[in-house]
Parts: sequence; structure tokens; C-alpha cells
Amino acid sequence: MESRTIRFVRRGELVSLTNVPPDRTLLEVLREDLACTGTKEGCGEGDCGACTVVLGENVGGQLQYKAINSCIRLAHSVDGLALWTVEDIVGADGSLHPAQEAMVQCHGSQCGFCTPGFVMSLFGMYQNHTCQGEAISRELAQEELSGNLCRCTGYRPILDAAQQMQALPEVAVDEPAVLEQLEELAARRAQVPATGNYLLPETLSELLFLRAQHPQAQIVAGCTDVGLWVTKMHMQFERVLDVTRVRELRAVEDYPNHIAIGASVTLTDAYAALVAERPQLKTFANRFAGLPVRNSGTLGGNVANGSPIGDSMPLLIALGAHVVLLSQRGHRDIPLETFYTGYRKNVLAPDEVVGWIKVPRPAEGELLRAYKISKRYDDDISAVCLVINAAVEDGVVARVRIGAGGVAATPARAVQAEAALLGQPWTAETARKATAALRAEFQPISDMRASSAYRSEVLGNLMQRFWLESRGLAQINLESFRLAEATAS
Amino acid sequence: MNAPEKFLARSAARPAAGHSHFHESARAQVAGAATYIDDIPEVKGTLHAAPILSNVARGRLRGVDASAALAMAGVKDVILARDIPGDTVLATFTHDEPVLALDTVEFLGQVVGIVVAETVMQARRAARKVKLDIEALPAIVDVREALKAESFVLPPVTVRRGEPEQGIANAPHKLSGSLDVGGQEHFYLEGQVGYALPLEQDQWWIYSSTQHPGEVQHWVAHALGLESHAVKVECRRMGGGFGGKETQAGHVAVWAALAARKTKKPVKLRLDRDDDFMVTGKRHPFAYDWEVGFDDDGRITGLKLALLANCGWSADLSGPVADRAVFHADNAYFLGDVEIVSYRCKTNVQSHTAFRGFGGPQGMIVTEAILGDIARALGKDPLDVRRANLYGIEDRNVTHYDMQVEDNILAPLLARLEENASYRKRRAEIARWNAGSQVIKRGLAITPVKFGISFTATFFNQAGALVHCYTDGSVQVNHGGTEMGQGLHTKVCQIVADELGIPFERVRITATDTSKIPNASATAASSGTDLNGRAAQFAARQVRERLAAYVAEKQNCRPEQVIFAHGQVSGPEAVMTWEQLLDDAYHSRVQLWSDGFYKTPKIHYDKHTLTGRPFYYFAYGAACTEVAIDTLTGENRVLKVDILHDVGKSLNPAIDVGQIEGGFIQGMGWLTTEQLVWNDKGYLATHAPSTYKIPATGDVPEHFKVELWHEANREDNVGGSKAVGEPPFMLAISVWEALRDAAAAANLGSVRMDAPATAETVLKALRA
Repeated sequence: MESRTIRFVRRGELVSLTNVPPDRTLLEVLREDLACTGTKEGCGEGDCGACTVVLGENVGGQLQYKAINSCIRLAHSVDGLALWTVEDIVGADGSLHPAQEAMVQCHGSQCGFCTPGFVMSLFGMYQNHTCQGEAISRELAQEELSGNLCRCTGYRPILDAAQQMQALPEVAVDEPAVLEQLEELAARRAQVPATGNYLLPETLSELLFLRAQHPQAQIVAGCTDVGLWVTKMHMQFERVLDVTRVRELRAVEDYPNHIAIGASVTLTDAYAALVAERPQLKTFANRFAGLPVRNSGTLGGNVANGSPIGDSMPLLIALGAHVVLLSQRGHRDIPLETFYTGYRKNVLAPDEVVGWIKVPRPAEGELLRAYKISKRYDDDISAVCLVINAAVEDGVVARVRIGAGGVAATPARAVQAEAALLGQPWTAETARKATAALRAEFQPISDMRASSAYRSEVLGNLMQRFWLESRGLAQINLESFRLAEATAS
Repeated sequence: MNAPEKFLARSAARPAAGHSHFHESARAQVAGAATYIDDIPEVKGTLHAAPILSNVARGRLRGVDASAALAMAGVKDVILARDIPGDTVLATFTHDEPVLALDTVEFLGQVVGIVVAETVMQARRAARKVKLDIEALPAIVDVREALKAESFVLPPVTVRRGEPEQGIANAPHKLSGSLDVGGQEHFYLEGQVGYALPLEQDQWWIYSSTQHPGEVQHWVAHALGLESHAVKVECRRMGGGFGGKETQAGHVAVWAALAARKTKKPVKLRLDRDDDFMVTGKRHPFAYDWEVGFDDDGRITGLKLALLANCGWSADLSGPVADRAVFHADNAYFLGDVEIVSYRCKTNVQSHTAFRGFGGPQGMIVTEAILGDIARALGKDPLDVRRANLYGIEDRNVTHYDMQVEDNILAPLLARLEENASYRKRRAEIARWNAGSQVIKRGLAITPVKFGISFTATFFNQAGALVHCYTDGSVQVNHGGTEMGQGLHTKVCQIVADELGIPFERVRITATDTSKIPNASATAASSGTDLNGRAAQFAARQVRERLAAYVAEKQNCRPEQVIFAHGQVSGPEAVMTWEQLLDDAYHSRVQLWSDGFYKTPKIHYDKHTLTGRPFYYFAYGAACTEVAIDTLTGENRVLKVDILHDVGKSLNPAIDVGQIEGGFIQGMGWLTTEQLVWNDKGYLATHAPSTYKIPATGDVPEHFKVELWHEANREDNVGGSKAVGEPPFMLAISVWEALRDAAAAANLGSVRMDAPATAETVLKALRA
């Protein structure tokens, strides 16, 4: 079966690659086919960031830059985009880009193997912040570099480098030229229908048609999980259906009572929309994987994938989200918690795709907390995730929804705990009963992340934390704990 | 905080050493132009290999069916033990590790064979299709079970001084306890890789990401049944080592070489990260049992300590690692009446190996735990108890292995850190704060480090170097040490530049190569600069002395009157540039290159009794760490760290600070988030960064301050410096002690807390 030619913009030139198998990764293409070995493989699963590259996309006439993991990204997915690797940002005269020069000046490289990945994350930050006149704070640097691991430096010099970039002479991307090339690519793509073994439809009707035609094709979005099926489980796909270019699914739409997040919206953008409505979710959003994964992965993919330890679902369940499933036969709108039927199993029909995730707007008096327990603070998978969304009216729990992760075979709604709360006076006694109900409701397993006993105990203790926080107790959550504030109080 | 402007690179007009020259490869690294093994352009016809792993922890290997794998597209061959032309057992000291499994398997992940294919993914896919017929046998995974079964890789060793039983029996206070401290995966960002190229007449060129090219050469020759001169091993740089590429890289190189020999093609073997976790050894997990007697001041009067090293399935470096744990069980403290028994337990897991600190961290942590417990038992400040036990200057200054501590700076160093970090004030403030805080508790601890520098195997303490001066004035240096990011090559360039009085930029280092410096020791034990720096200095000195003699003859003066500085050479009568002199000397047939050799003086020890002077000197340091824990979940954060560390007279402050910060954060990972979990079948369930969590950017403490101690090494070491690779790692024990301090605030008493202190472990400590 024929593959479509992959075309992208790099170093100011159009690159064309033919006969690339649908499951070949971008990193393999870079290192093996293009002999550009500056980009490294550290883990092959999007967790270390050594393979970070930056993609540029024409979004409404503006170049949008995103640092992503090339090791789990399929090569075909960069068709029609601009790509920068660590080699590409060196000036023609050999001069270093500020992202590189700052790393040298701050002694940010030791063994140097993670360095190209850090440099590219810094380049992404440079384009998205420094070039916009925005200073990079320590906090921002830590957030945006959370998907890059370094084993040598202890990070301090790299964080310094992030803040040092703006002090160096500015280096600009020739954006008009890149945009012009991207438009040329888009025009060329429009003339060729989505065929072959890597299908990249641009409209919803095209997507639904292709899904009906190819129910066996592997659907991918950002590929941040499916990529591992390729690199780690050695799966091979005959045909891949990539949903990331479907125009109708790329936006977050506002409605009076809910927002609709298209299935192709990246986790970065989807969480930004959620945080815009509920600012208390900011740290929870930042703790979802590392930035390169959030930049590539989609909320729709996280939902469709349905991992019991995915962090989006407990949140979405607690928010009362619905999922809209689409096919040529029509659409279905179902509560998220009814989407899952078992471990990584769901109700999707062979010709159906996830279209939108509908998230209700915050209600009056909403008391929402999202808790995540993991071994590492950033970029880790939850041992336990608990999201409680309640409203207390006249001292009585008037509404409550609880989503839990890491405690069952699927992301789950804690209906028994909800029952213990609903209609009850919001008191320590009620919180205690809900704690017991929550612990009784789930029989979590023991694995490498935590023991069953710990998960159970903590699940209840998080209900206790919710109770204490609802009483206005501050400085009881390390997520928001700051030493300066603690010692000043 | 430890910002580079404090250590800015200086102009070439000043001596190179002592200034923060950038890493010699920094510009190439940030541009993606620094070449690692997997980046070397592949020779035409190169094949790729992947290992076939045992899926059983222990068993009889009855058969291997590779037919399905061999039928797959691109698959060229499968290499098994029977294909080994030389010795089927690796040429390790203990000679106890089959190159490929013979008729038994001893851990889940043991390499049974190698699949060779045209592409990496073809090889990896095919390796999973090889069917192993293994009759499972009972396996031992737990170290205490191993002790009970007397399952050892090497016999136990006891070091004893005085009468510990009496010291405990007669003491006014006694405590006893046990502790489990987990291992640690190196997680070098560049995984293990080797690339074997056949040359003419059965000679071999091996590219290996290794800390010990000489041993790789030896192992490859041995397995191929060749002499060492037929094998050349080269390594320009590693993408991290940390001890994980001291012996473990050798296996990978041998496998690649065997595959290359059988297929008669170049073969590259790059381990997938998951396979790297499953195959290679890690830091030894330790278990401890202890009994201590102490007086009212908390001073130890008698100590009995059992150290159970979980060595995995073979000896590897477990002997010297366990030895170093014994040597460092004192850390900074005088143990008068003491008995330490070291068990080297054999379990059916990966063969644990060298890792930064090399048993030192595992020796120190238990004593720090004991001192923390003593302080809480007496209601005293832990720092006071630590101070009461420190080595003295005039007395109480001989270690339990009979070495006099001559360079002790512990007391003034601790005093300065205590003051700089406002330790007393903060303890009082934290106690007040904790009393009013329901959920979060804070903790604070200062712990010192005294780390012995030298390979304990005395003969390893030697090094060689070559310095080549070319007629254009450029200088090429080669030495037996390897670059893994620690800045060794940068420091050696600085040393050579100063010896010749020329700018740093005129000196270049080439790849480490067994055909240049033979029989080089591993770059390990923090000794890289001490040994190779000196060897390179001596080599450069010989060239300089020849040149000085040449100039002296021409200018009619004594050689000592010829000065080499700032790129110029001056005698009483004339000054010339370095370049002019070289060109001139060449035409007068002066030898412009030389070798250099160095061996560490003063050291000796008896490996049977573990007594003597195993270390040339000690490196010291101390850290003050503040943490917070959440008593509902056990989650914890490191908030504030102040470090005062002794690198002697720093050759390169930026590099040394980098080692201190990096070592500390790595140690913090060992004791907090980095948890290795084996199930009861011996399956390592944490085998990738998705499940094994090293520190990330968000874990860097808000306040992280490093200061260097001001004094030069009292021993004659290169440039007055001290080794820096390993010692700072153990500063992180302060993190764990601070966590126990916070837990004690919640528990209002003693704390049994294992390591790593994951949220679950901390919560368990709070419930105990």
C-alpha cells in the first residue's frame, strides 16, 4: 500500500520524504533517514525529553510553536508543518541561538545527552515567551522544562539558562517566509485526497467517511500513548487514521452552559480552557505529564484511551462532562462515566470516533478540588487521583460529583461516597462517613506505584483534606505550600 | 543562586586552572554536534542487535527455539552461548558470569542470546519471538531470605575493634533497630551501547560507551579467544555514566563483538531503555540490623552493625562496593568499640554494580540514622549528638580500619554551615510552626560527609597520559580517563595548558583509546582528575623540561630560568612565542611529545582484614536541608538546601559546583522518589522513566545554595584540588534525616522510615 509523500519545512527548505511506513517515528526519520543525529533517544516513550523538537504550525496566519517528543510521534504527522531540530537553530555562520548560548554560559550541559532536548524546549520557550516580550520566571521555566530529564546537573544551571536567554542578542525566525512555505504546502495538500496507509483528513465528514471505510485503522491523535505501542510493544499498523487536522475538532467552543472541547485539541489547549474557567486547576493541569506530551497529546485521546490512571477522566467525571461520539450514522451524547465498559474498553462502535468533550460551566457555589498523589510531583502518573466537585447550600451538600483514578479498572465515579454526602449537613461527621464510603467503594490493586492499602487510606484522607480545605484551612497542601508564606505567617 | 557570574571564565592571559572554563564540548553539545556512539556514521552493511531475555528469575535452560525469529524479515542470525569462540564466562575477577546464559538462568532479564537483523526494530521484534524453554526453580528475591539461606556471592567480612558488646552492655542507654534502603537505577540519559567493527586479520575496533575501555578490551578479547592487541576500544564521551558504565558497558560490547564475529559484519547493539533496566545492575539495595550503646551526650560507646548488601546474581563489583560500605559506616564519626559484619548476599535479580558513592552512601546512611535516633531518644538536637561523635584531631582520630584521619576539617566546616544556614534559629522557628500546623510538618537536618578518595584496590591508582605538541603550537592530549560529563577532559586541558603556559584553547583532548594508553583503570572512585590530571601534567612537564633545556642551552642559562607563561617562553636573553619555540625546537630535533605516568603515594591496605590506609585523603562536606511532609498523604517536598563542600583548591569552580548540585539532586532522588520495585517473581516492575522517577525540574528546592570550602588539599594532589564526583552525593542524606525529623514532629517520637521516602513510605512511618 502506498504512503503519501511527507512534506515539511525545515531550515527554510521543503523536505519531501516518500515511502515512509505509517508507523515510523519522527525520531527514526531524523536519525536514520536524514542522518541528523543531534536529536537523541533517551527512553523511547516520551518521558525523558532528549528527543524534543519544535513544530511550527500556521494557525490563522500566525506561527504557533510547540515542543514535542519526536520518539513517539509518527513521522507522517508532521506533514504540512515546520520542524526545527537542535541543528537547525545554529546560525549559518555557526553562531549559537540564545537557547544554546545561554546553556553554554550557564554551564547547563555536563554529559550533553539531554542537552539537545533541553535546548529545543528552551527554543520553544524563547519563541513563545521571550520573543513576545515576556520575561521567563523561575516557575515558568520549571513548568515548561518538566518534560526534560537531566541526570547530571541537578537542573539549576538549566533553569538559569532559561532566564538568561532574554539577556542575549535576539535571534528571530523568518516567520513570513515559513508561513509562505506552509501555505504552499497546504495548497498542495488540498489537491491530494487523504488516501494511502496514513490518513490525515482535514474535515469531519472526511474523517467519518474514512472511519466507516477503515474501521480497523489505528486512530491516533498526538500519539503520546499509541507511540509507545510502536516503540515498546513493537506493534505495526497497516493503516493509521490521524484526527489531528480535522478542522471541526480543533477548537474549544463556548456555549451558554458548557464548553465543547474538540477531540483534536491538545492537552495544553484543553487544560488552558478548563483552567480559564476554574483557576484552581492550574497546578493539576501543569502536573499532567510534561509539556512536550501536553503539546502533542489530546484530551480526546486521553478520554478515548481510557487508561484507569489517566488524570483527565476523574476530573471530567467530577465536572459532569459528556462525550459526543460521532459516526456517519449520527451522534451520541453520553455521560463520560458510562463511556467505559472495562479495562481500556469503551462503547465506541467500529465506525465511531470521539468528537467533543462537553464540560459544564462552573455552577454557583461550586467547591472543586483535584488531588493527585504520585511519586514525583511533576510528570508522573497518579497512584491515586481524586476530584471532588460539591456545592453546599444552607449548610447542606446540595450537589456532589466525585471522580476517582488509580483505584479501579477504569476511571470511576464514586457513587457511594456521593450518596453519603448528598443532602447531608456538611459537617466533620458527614466527611467521616464519606471517607468510609469512599474507602469501601473501591478495592484498588497493589502495583509499582503504590500498595492497595496505601491507595485506600489516601483516598479517604483526601476526602479529609477536602473537608479541611472547605473549612478555609490554608497551608495544608504541599501543592500550594510556599516556605516564605509559611514562615511569614 | 550558584550563578555562573560568580565563576565566569577568565581570559587566557591568566592561568587556566582555578577558573570556570566552559566544558570543552559545551558548544558542540548545545548544537547537537557532539558525537555519541549511536551518532557515529554507520559503516555500510552495519547490522543491529537486540538481546533475548530470560523471563524467569531462576531456572534450568532446556532449550532455545529461534525458528520464528529467524523467519522474520530482515533477521540475519541468532547468537547463543555455543557461538562463543573464547571463554563462555566473562573475564571478571570472580569469573562467575556467563557471557550468555549456559544451562541455567539466574535472573529475570538475563541475556540468553542476541538477535541480529538489518534494522533495530526488526532485531527487537524478533528477540521477543524467540521461545525459551526454562524449567523454573525456586528463586530468592529478598535479601533477608538470602542471608537466612546463606546465599552469598562472596564470603562475609567482619571488621572489629575493641569490645563492642561491653560498650553496649555498660552503656547508660541502648537502642537497636533495622532499616531497608533501596537501590537506584543509574538512568544515564544515553543507554548502554556498543558498536563492533571487524578489521583485517581478526582485529577489532570497538566503540563503547564505557567508563573502562581497558576492561572492555580485555573482556572482548577473552570472549573472542584473541589477545588484547587485537582489540582496540574507543570512547570519546558517554551520555552519563555514574558507575553504570564501569562494568555493565562491557557486556554490551562483548555481545556486539560476538554478533559481529559470527555475521562478519559491523554490529551495533543499543539497548532499548526498558531492556537496559531489565539487564543491567543498579546501586546495591541494603538492609541493616544494628545495636548501639551511648552515653548521656549521645556519644556512641559500642556499636554492632550488620550490613546486608543485595548483590544480585553475580559478584561483579559487589566485593569492593561492600568493602566501601564498611569503610564508610563511620562517616564522620569515631567508632571506638565496633563490630561491622558485611554480608554479600546473592539474590536472583540483576547483578548490582558501581554507582556514585560505591557503597559509601549505603555505609553512611545507617550511622546517620542511628545518630538521629539517639538524639530523639535523648531529646537532644541531632546536630549536637553528631558533633559529640565527630572524629577528633589529636585523639579519637583513627578509623575502625586503622587509618589515621590526618586532614580532619569536620568541626570548623560544620560550625560554618550551622551559622550560614541559621540552623539554631530555624530549628526553633520550625518547632513553633509545627506545633500550630495540623497537616503539614516541617523538618530540618544537617549531616556531614567524609569520603575516602582512592580506589580501595590499590593497584588501580595509576594512570598514564600522552601529550603531543605540534609544530603549529597546538597540543593534543590523550589519557586513560573517560569523559561522562564530569568535566574531566576540561580540567585536564586546564592542567596541561598551565603546565605549558599556553591558553586553554590551544589544548585538545581526543577520544579515550586503548591503543594509546594501555591498561588504564576505570574512570571511577572520583579519581579521574587526581590520576589522569597528574599523568597529563607529568607528560606536559617532560615536554616543557626538554624545551627549557633547549632554550637554556641557546641562551646560556639554567633551565629553571626559562619561563612558560601567557603563550610565551622567556629566558634571560630573549622572549619568543610558544609557536616560534616549537617550530624552532622541531627543526633542532627536540622530542615534542611525551608520556606521563602517575601512581598515588602513601596508600596500602590488607584486603583480608580491611585494614591499612586505603585512602590518600578525605573529601568533606555538609548540607543543611529543610523539608515539609503532608501527614495525610505522606507527600513531601525539599524546600531549602545549604551546602558547604570541600573540593580543595578548585580547578574549575563551575564544574565543581555542577558536580555538587548534580550529586546532591541525584542523592535526593535515591532517597525520595526513585523506587525500584521487584515483585515476588523477581520481575522488575519499574523499568522505564514512566514508572521509575528521577528528580525533575520541579524538584529543585526553592533555595539551593552551594559554597566551596576555602582550603587546599593538605596532601600533594594536582593543583591542590580534591576529588568531587562522588562525595556530594551523600550530602543528600540530610534530606532523608530532615524527613525523619518532620515525621518525628508528627509522631512526637522515634521514626522508623525506610528509603526511598516515597509518599507511601512516609505515611507508613507516621503510622508506625
